[in-house]
Amino acid sequence: MPTKVICEKESVTAYLSGEIDHHNAPAARAIIDTYIQKSRPKKLTIDFSSVSFMDSSGIGLVMGRFKNIADYGGKMDITGLSPQAYKVMRLSGIEKIARIYKRKEDKK
Amino acid sequence: MKKTDNEFRIQFISKSSNESFARTVVSAFVSQLDPTVEEINDIKTAVSEAVTNCIVHAYPDSVGEIYISGSFTKDGTVKIRIRDTGKGIEDIKKAREPLFTTGGSDRAGLGFSVMETFTDKMNVRSAVSKGTTVTLFKRIEGKNSDN
Repeated sequence: MPTKVICEKESVTAYLSGEIDHHNAPAARAIIDTYIQKSRPKKLTIDFSSVSFMDSSGIGLVMGRFKNIADYGGKMDITGLSPQAYKVMRLSGIEKIARIYKRKEDKK
Repeated sequence: MKKTDNEFRIQFISKSSNESFARTVVSAFVSQLDPTVEEINDIKTAVSEAVTNCIVHAYPDSVGEIYISGSFTKDGTVKIRIRDTGKGIEDIKKAREPLFTTGGSDRAGLGFSVMETFTDKMNVRSAVSKGTTVTLFKRIEGKNSDN
C-alpha cells in the first residue's frame, strides 16, 4: 500500500502502511524524501499506525530520513509503533535523537 | 536432543518480494505450536533479516537460490536454518557487530543484532565464495503457558 503524506505549514507527516521490509522500504523512502526536499519541514513525523510488520529496514528508513532533515536542523517524531515495531526500533538507539511513541492500542 | 516432531523445506530465488513469502511460510509452520503473537513476530522478524541478508549480501549482483528448512520438537523448540550459496562472509565476527554494514547508507547494520535479540540462539557458518548458513533457535512457550 502506498505511503500517504500530509503537509502542513511547517510539518510533514508520512503515514506508512503494510509491511516495511527491504522490498517495500525504497518506495516509502522515495516519497518521504521528495517531500523533505520540497518543503524542508521543521518537523517530520513518520507514522507506523497502519504498519503490520517491520524489520531493520524500517530502522534504515528512519535513520536515513533523520540524517536528511538534521542537515538543516529539522526534528523528527516516530508515532504509532506496534509492540513488534517498537522492539525492533529500540535496537537502533533512535530514541536518543527522535521522540518515539507506541501505538495506543494494537490493531488486529 | 528431543526428537523432531515436524519439519519443512523450501527453496526460492533471491528476489526481494520473496522476503514476505519466507516470513509467511515460517510463520504458518510455527503456528502449529500455538505461539503467542510476540513469539510469532519474533520469529518472523529474525527470518526476515536472514533472508534480506541473502538477497542484499550473498547475491548482490545476481539471482541465486535461498534454502530454508525448519523443524520443531514436541517440547516446542523451533529450529530454522536459512542457507545460501552466495559470496560468503569474510569476517563473521565483524559482520555480527551492531551497526557494521557493507550495504550502503540505508541499511542499518542491525540484521544480526535483530536475529540475536529475537531468538534464543543463533549460529552462523560461512565460507567465502561458497555461502552462508544461519541457524536460529527459539523456544515457543505458547499461549497455554503461564508467561
